Amino acid sequence: MRSWLRQHRLALAAAARKWLAQRAAALLNALALGVALALPAGGFALLEGLQALSTRSAIDPQVSVFMRTDVAPQATQQLAARLRRDPRVHRVRLITREDALQSLRDTSGLADVVSALGSNPLPDTLVVTVAASGEKTLDQLAEELGRAPGVAQAQVDALWARRLAALERVGRLALVLVAGILAVGLVAIAFNTIRLQILTLRDEIEVSKLIGATDAFIQRPFLYLGLLQGLAGALVALGLVWGALALLNTEVAGLARTYGSDFRLPFLSLGEVVGLALIAGGLGWLGAYMSVSKYLREIEPA
Amino acid sequence: MISFSAVSKRFPGGKEALRGLSFTVEDGELLFITGHSGAGKSTLLKLIPAIERPSSGTVLVNGQNVGALKPAAIPYLRRNLGLVFQDQKLLYDRSVYDNVMLPLVFSDHSPREAARRVRAALDKVGLLGRERANPIQLSGGEQQRLAIARAVVNRPSILIADEPTANLDIDSAGDILDIFVEFNRVGVNVLLATHDLGLVERFATRVLRLSEGRLLGESGAG
Repeated sequence: MRSWLRQHRLALAAAARKWLAQRAAALLNALALGVALALPAGGFALLEGLQALSTRSAIDPQVSVFMRTDVAPQATQQLAARLRRDPRVHRVRLITREDALQSLRDTSGLADVVSALGSNPLPDTLVVTVAASGEKTLDQLAEELGRAPGVAQAQVDALWARRLAALERVGRLALVLVAGILAVGLVAIAFNTIRLQILTLRDEIEVSKLIGATDAFIQRPFLYLGLLQGLAGALVALGLVWGALALLNTEVAGLARTYGSDFRLPFLSLGEVVGLALIAGGLGWLGAYMSVSKYLREIEPA
Repeated sequence: MISFSAVSKRFPGGKEALRGLSFTVEDGELLFITGHSGAGKSTLLKLIPAIERPSSGTVLVNGQNVGALKPAAIPYLRRNLGLVFQDQKLLYDRSVYDNVMLPLVFSDHSPREAARRVRAALDKVGLLGRERANPIQLSGGEQQRLAIARAVVNRPSILIADEPTANLDIDSAGDILDIFVEFNRVGVNVLLATHDLGLVERFATRVLRLSEGRLLGESGAG
């Protein structure tokens, strides 16, 4: 057991030496791997952010009911009262056409536009919050309200959230595909860099094999090298993703403020960071394994 | 003990390197294998550590049929053999000391024991003072002695050398042979391939003569 540990420690030390011996190449390698990893990792972080956004919006399902402009204010009041008694409804907020015009007027830059309108084109609006969530109730209620007298249109506000969720599913699938392709690329990069390493150490490998080194012994430093390269790539990728998200968030913050939200794109969680490192290290290891196994088969005498 | 019975080796190109060889090497024996270059000496020696496998016939090393060994078992066979290669295969990116250390890295020795063995091996070939040097700085004879030190550091019971005196002047060649004789004296089984018949005649020992892959005959004390 102690000698086994020693063998592994020696192999790891040898791998680290080989890696550090060619600093510039190792750095460029880490960069190449990092960029390849950053794409799916960054996409994943973005999707996580979008998902948070769409689920948060879907929690508050609302129906906006727009009355016809020729309907008397009393009719709107009556509909509001009826809805307040409906067990499916949690809350009803009435925005009269005057209030709506006023808030439009308050919005900077639009005051002139509003005064140029002459008459008020805005309808009375009821914002209905549904008590029991569930797409069915929501759709049913919207349909009922759409047919109610005096109503011009009833619109489910969570619709955009649902579309976002659907879009997000498409994005997720695309991301899985991209990640799969890049994983293959990653293995190929690791395969080639380890191949180059092997070629520079051809003599040592050949002699070691001739005088009784096992394949496992010869492979070990290269496997560690692949692992280290993968981990370095993961580190670069995390840096890139972090930087990109920080940059995006300065813009997102401004956008979210206009919606009265403090929404930010979140960075990857600790579990996701560890997962990325494991995947990158594993792919590096795999590439190294394929490379060194292939080489050992090549030099195996008949 | 090493035993060849009806061993033939044909290479993929169709060239027949060995044809129906049979002979036995007893424990503790010093055996020369002579013949012109291309006679099959190197091929014969490569069959013992399973660097090549026979096309037919069997090669037994200490009772093991080495031609039929699984790849995973071959490293352990080689660790019990001391091999001196025709082209020496020294590593020029490290010191004399580290060259000799190489076989001990992957067999289980404590660092202290390994260091002791490296020094002992270098001492036996007279290179103890050059352990910090790079092999490139050594003379031809010294490089050959370094190759021998690496071969014996694991204390093998069988020592195999392919043309160890090639490219050496007569004095250096004599020194190298003396080292092998010395190892044989303490019980190591030594197999030497050489084309230099003049050198062989100095020793009263068994000689196998090869020509075009066949055993022409034996001579000397058997």
